[in-house]
Amino acid sequence: MIEVNKQGEVWIYAEQHKGHLEDTSLELLSKGRQLAVQLKVPLAAVLLGDRISHLCEQLGHYGADKVYLSEHPLLEHYQVTSYAKVIGGLIDRHKPQIMLYGATPCGRDLAPRVASAMKAGLTADCTDLQIGHHEIKKTGEVFENLLLQIRPAFGGNIIATIINYDRWPQMATVREGVMPLPIPDGTRNAKVIKEAVHLSQSDLSLEILSEHLQKKKVNLKASRVIVAGGAGVGSKDNFRLIWDLANCLGGAPGATRAAVDLGFIDRDHQVGQTGTTVRPSLYIAIGISGAIQHQAGMADSQKIIAVNNDPEAPIFNVAHYKIVGDLNQVVPMMIKAIKEKV
Amino acid sequence: MGYNCVVLVKQVPDTKRITGQAMNEDGTVNRAALPAVFNPEDLNALELALQIKDQYGGSVTVIAMGLPAAAAVLREGLYRGADRAILITDRRCAASDTLATSYILSCGVKKLNPDIVLCGRQAIDGDTAQVGPQIAEKLNLPQITYVETLVSLAGKAIVAKRNLGNGWQEVRSQLPALLTVIDTANEPRVPRARQLMKCKSAQCRLEVEAAAQNAPSVDVDAVCRDLKTRGLLIEQWNLDDLKADLQWCGRDGSPTKVHRIQSVVLAAKESKIVEPSQSGIDTMVHELIVDHTIG
Repeated sequence: MIEVNKQGEVWIYAEQHKGHLEDTSLELLSKGRQLAVQLKVPLAAVLLGDRISHLCEQLGHYGADKVYLSEHPLLEHYQVTSYAKVIGGLIDRHKPQIMLYGATPCGRDLAPRVASAMKAGLTADCTDLQIGHHEIKKTGEVFENLLLQIRPAFGGNIIATIINYDRWPQMATVREGVMPLPIPDGTRNAKVIKEAVHLSQSDLSLEILSEHLQKKKVNLKASRVIVAGGAGVGSKDNFRLIWDLANCLGGAPGATRAAVDLGFIDRDHQVGQTGTTVRPSLYIAIGISGAIQHQAGMADSQKIIAVNNDPEAPIFNVAHYKIVGDLNQVVPMMIKAIKEKV
Repeated sequence: MGYNCVVLVKQVPDTKRITGQAMNEDGTVNRAALPAVFNPEDLNALELALQIKDQYGGSVTVIAMGLPAAAAVLREGLYRGADRAILITDRRCAASDTLATSYILSCGVKKLNPDIVLCGRQAIDGDTAQVGPQIAEKLNLPQITYVETLVSLAGKAIVAKRNLGNGWQEVRSQLPALLTVIDTANEPRVPRARQLMKCKSAQCRLEVEAAAQNAPSVDVDAVCRDLKTRGLLIEQWNLDDLKADLQWCGRDGSPTKVHRIQSVVLAAKESKIVEPSQSGIDTMVHELIVDHTIG
């Protein structure tokens, strides 16, 4: 735990694997930039690994004012105990006021371990962050310029805003895809601060025996058009309709959790609270009832078309174009119309 | 030799069945209207512990923290096959965030000194996935998160396969260690009917006391003694039993505070009804081209 430190910097954890930065870390830089400007403090990235100093330049282009660089052979592979130890040491030394992590599998493994060691608060899976003040009603005491950590809870049924005013740093993990990627500026440079790292083999609690990681099969976040199917599509064969419509629009196929669980399509395509959050120009929801967990991942799309045979389906509450009808008839009509006009 | 496993379980509102009435008008959650269930991934953690016991011997203890009503998930733990159930309940636990919760639970785990601590990856009410790693840190244990398969247990070494979403990783750790288990790890077994009937009457002392309020002739001590001899007394620990440092418990021990709670209002958007006919759809596609959404 560190004391409240209004001069403290805004930090983001720059997650890298095998010398590549995660998109989420770059997204954090865009939000971190806003927060740092409002608080009039520098934005810094915390980068750990082995022989990864080349990433400092990229972090600068994406908005970091500083990079705290910790390089050590024992940091080559991410491991929670060694990484948490190094980050805890940096927080103790430099006393940032805010520390953000991507809510990736790695970030959600690491951040709670750091929070526990620092006896600091941590809010999971934030969908927005703002700066604001908090008043304790009983005493009238007001805390200015706090990090408002905004997240869905209770399965997406409520939105909670969490703060920590007395024990810092204010830490949060941020959901992937909810912050826009910043546009890199090749003229920006970050000041690199090399940190000494003291680690021994005993700081690695796990032995990594083997690993198999693959790139996601689809990049939903980058798609301008997403055509998503739900359980109402009926079968894996019938999901062909979703692929066909997506293909003729140059879009990506998406799916609800129900459709993924039914085996209609791979989990990489899942949109929603437990999948990817998307905000495309056009989202076409086919045979999707619109559970709140799904809506949490797509309601910010610029245009939404919903096709469902149930006029009461909740998806229609967020749709701009409502088509009540049989998807087996409507989707081919859409394909026909698009092929003729576009 | 066998392995002593502790499984941390949570009673949660069934968020998948939340209806409009489950929210109060002030936006707070009307917990009374929500069915309380055994957190789903904690069932997977319990199943993994039971599999370890089946194969290697040892014991399974379930621990829950909460109000006396949380004894329900411990009853379920017992009838699913746990040997021992402990409820950590104390008014001073109220308003604990994940950090304070993990501190309190870690004090309980420490008393039992297990070989393996298991919990679900996350609970469906908060989805934070923080309590497992935080307990591991407090007890200075290795953490293996997102466990999908237990590959091997031999002596003091465990090998497990972690599901990282975009692939997997196989790791080895020394015991004791803490594992967080995901929903694809296993299919929780169906409880045996006889065990279920037997354990339905398991209670903790606070439950016995509450029942006795309406029946003054009931001797609480005698009932608890009887339950204990039949293996049906859910043990009850408070913060004094845990020798917990109160500065890290409850509201005082919680750095995060709630600033505001809002119920999700799905904004009604300006919307058009499109006829499910070729001409209706042609018109819609034309509009989307005109406003540069597509094309």
